[in-house]
Parts: sequence; C-alpha cells; structure tokens
Amino acid sequence: MFSSKNLKLLTNPLNLENPITVQVLGICSALAVTVKMKPAFVMALSVIIVTAFSNLIISTLRKSIPVRIRIIVQLVVVASLVIIVDQVLKAFVYDVSKQLSVFVGLIITNCILMGRLEAFAMANKPWESFIDGIGNGIGYGWILIAVSFVREFLGSGSVFGFPVMEKIGAYSIGYVNNGLMIMPPAALIIVGVIIWIQRSRTKSLIEKE
Amino acid sequence: MENHINLFVSSVFVNNMVFAYFLGMCSYLAVSKTVKTAVGLGAAVIFVMIITIPVNYLLEKYLLVEGALTWISPKLAELDLSFLSFIMFIAVIAAIVQLVEMIVERFSPSLYNSLGIFLPLIAVNCAILGGALFMQQKEFSTVWESATFALGSGIGWAIAIIALAALREKMKYSNVPAPLRGLGITFILVGLMAMAFMGFMGFKI
Repeated sequence: MFSSKNLKLLTNPLNLENPITVQVLGICSALAVTVKMKPAFVMALSVIIVTAFSNLIISTLRKSIPVRIRIIVQLVVVASLVIIVDQVLKAFVYDVSKQLSVFVGLIITNCILMGRLEAFAMANKPWESFIDGIGNGIGYGWILIAVSFVREFLGSGSVFGFPVMEKIGAYSIGYVNNGLMIMPPAALIIVGVIIWIQRSRTKSLIEKE
Repeated sequence: MENHINLFVSSVFVNNMVFAYFLGMCSYLAVSKTVKTAVGLGAAVIFVMIITIPVNYLLEKYLLVEGALTWISPKLAELDLSFLSFIMFIAVIAAIVQLVEMIVERFSPSLYNSLGIFLPLIAVNCAILGGALFMQQKEFSTVWESATFALGSGIGWAIAIIALAALREKMKYSNVPAPLRGLGITFILVGLMAMAFMGFMGFKI
C-alpha cells in the first residue's frame, strides 16, 4: 500500500515536482483566490478531492476509453466531480462559495487535472493514481496557503480571519496595511518570489537558457 | 450603443482576463516565448470566444435557468437546470473547438497551419470557460451584449499575451539572477504589467 515508491508519489509534488512552481500547472486559480486564507483553504481542499477522485476514476476506466475521445471523457468526469463539490460548498459554506465565485467552476479547466490525467492516470494503476492525485493536490494547496498567508497578513492584518494586527495594537502606533497586497499584482509577485526562494535552495531546478 | 462601447472598453482594459482575473494563465505563460506564436494563440482565443460565449448565452437563456423551458411546455416552468451549467458549457466549448478546427482546416488551410496546435489546446484554456461563467454572472439582457463582452475579453487576452511575448524576447539580453531565470522573472514581469493595468481602474467613457 505505502511502499517507498508510493510515498515518493506523495512527497515529490511538494517540492521537486510542485505543480505550480515547477510544472506550471493550475496558476489561474492559485492567484485569484488567495486574497484571504479561508477561501484559499477551501479551494485547496476542493482541488485535492477533485484531483484524487478524477485520477482514480480515469485510471480505473483507462483501458476502456478510446484514445481519440479521451479528452471529452476526462472533461465529463471532472465536470461531474466539480458539480458535486460546488453543490456541497453552496450547501454548507455559502459565503465562501460566493467569494470563490467562478473559480470553483474553473477547477474543470484547471491544468493540474488535465495534466495529471494525461501524464499519470492514463498509464498507471488506480491506487497509485489516487496517491498521485492527493500529492499534487497538496503540492498545489500549500503554495495557495503560503501565498494567501502573506497576502492576508500584510494586506488585511489578519490570519485566517483573526485580526492579529488589531489585537497587538499595531494600528494605534501608526501601522498601516499594505493595500497593494489585496490587489491582483501582488499574487504574481509573491509566487515569483516563492519560485526564487525554492530555486535558490534546490539548485537542480534552475532553468538553463 | 454607448452601453456596448463601455462594456467593450471595460472588458479589454479594466476587467482584463489576464491581469484582473488571472484566466488562461497556463497557456499564457507557456506560449509567450516568441511574438509570432503569441499572435497565433491570441487570434485563436478571440475566434473561439466570439463563437462560444454567445452560444452558451443562448443555451443558458433557453435551456438552463429557472423557467427557461416554458417554450417547450408551460408545465416545465418550475424546472431549474442551472446546476448543469458547468458540464453544458464545457461540452459546448469542447464541441465547438473541434468543429471550428474542422471548418478552418477545410476552408482555410493557411489559417489552420498558422494556428496549428493552438486550436485544440484552447478547449482547456480557462479564459474560455471563465468567459462563459462571467457571462452567466453578469446576466446580460441580449445576446449582442454577450457577443461584445466576448470580443472585448478575447482582444484583452490577445493584447496581454502579445505584450508579454515582446517583453520576454527582449529579456533574453538581460542578466537575471540564476534562480529567478525563466519562470520566476516572468511572474514578476506579469505582476508589474498587472500594476500598470490597474491604472485603468474606474475608467469609463
């Protein structure tokens, strides 16, 4: 079940094969939902669930899917899973679902899904594919949480909705929130900096030109 | 008319698909190495957008929203199929992309060759599905409004990718720190471009 090969599938996407910073997949939603930590966390969880189960389903069906129409089969499986997630979010965390707006629907075209389905699930057994899906989902999720932590902390002075800066009295001595952090450009620059840090720690990832 | 111009300008600049909503980022970063390919992909996105968004608008209006099916029979007035919109939109997009590909191949081989592999890739470009979902959220009153929105969003996306490709071509000559080379500096570059585009905020005719 958890041989060292399978554990690798789980841990590699966290750093060496991170979907966002190395494979460049699923950037759109990673940038758009990271203003606050709560929607980012919900988004990360939804993506983990959808990648894991779509990988599992496609991998189970892989021998009976005709090659020519595989894209549309994959899209239908993913779209059905996303509809379930969307309905669950609307039922239990309506306010977060409103904040995420179109981005829940956009999980369908999240490149992580298509990328993993094409590159892994179509060629591997269901259990390995399931683990690969979870690993990639978490690799995507931790970047999301990291970016949203920086943006919420510096931009709104809170962590997970808890007003840290107000509680320690920073505003009364003249601290001001950085308004740029809640604007779209900040997300891009923070991801750029994360890539910079990661690549200076892991030299093998540096691109040659 | 004024309404349409406003919608067009706001979807090209103010609510730019790339800089305000980060849609279509994957292909945006992957295919922006040279200006020539960027122009090809930009044209393909505009093309597919103008077709898919109005079609999805009509589907939404006459099939999916609550009470939309009354044209079949008054008994269906209470049926609300809007939860099916994701699967409907993505199926329509995938089908239309396939169709457009075949039509272009048959009638204009030169255009087909210049768009090349970009056409099939567009089916999974989130800008297209994102456009359809924003169209659903904005609740346009006529199909023409949705077409204007589609044209504006497509052109906005094309401008963004062509500009980035031009900048990246120039960047080959600059001395970037090794760990930042390639992807890292591109992110920061897009961030700076997004800041510039923020200047359009609140802009109206």
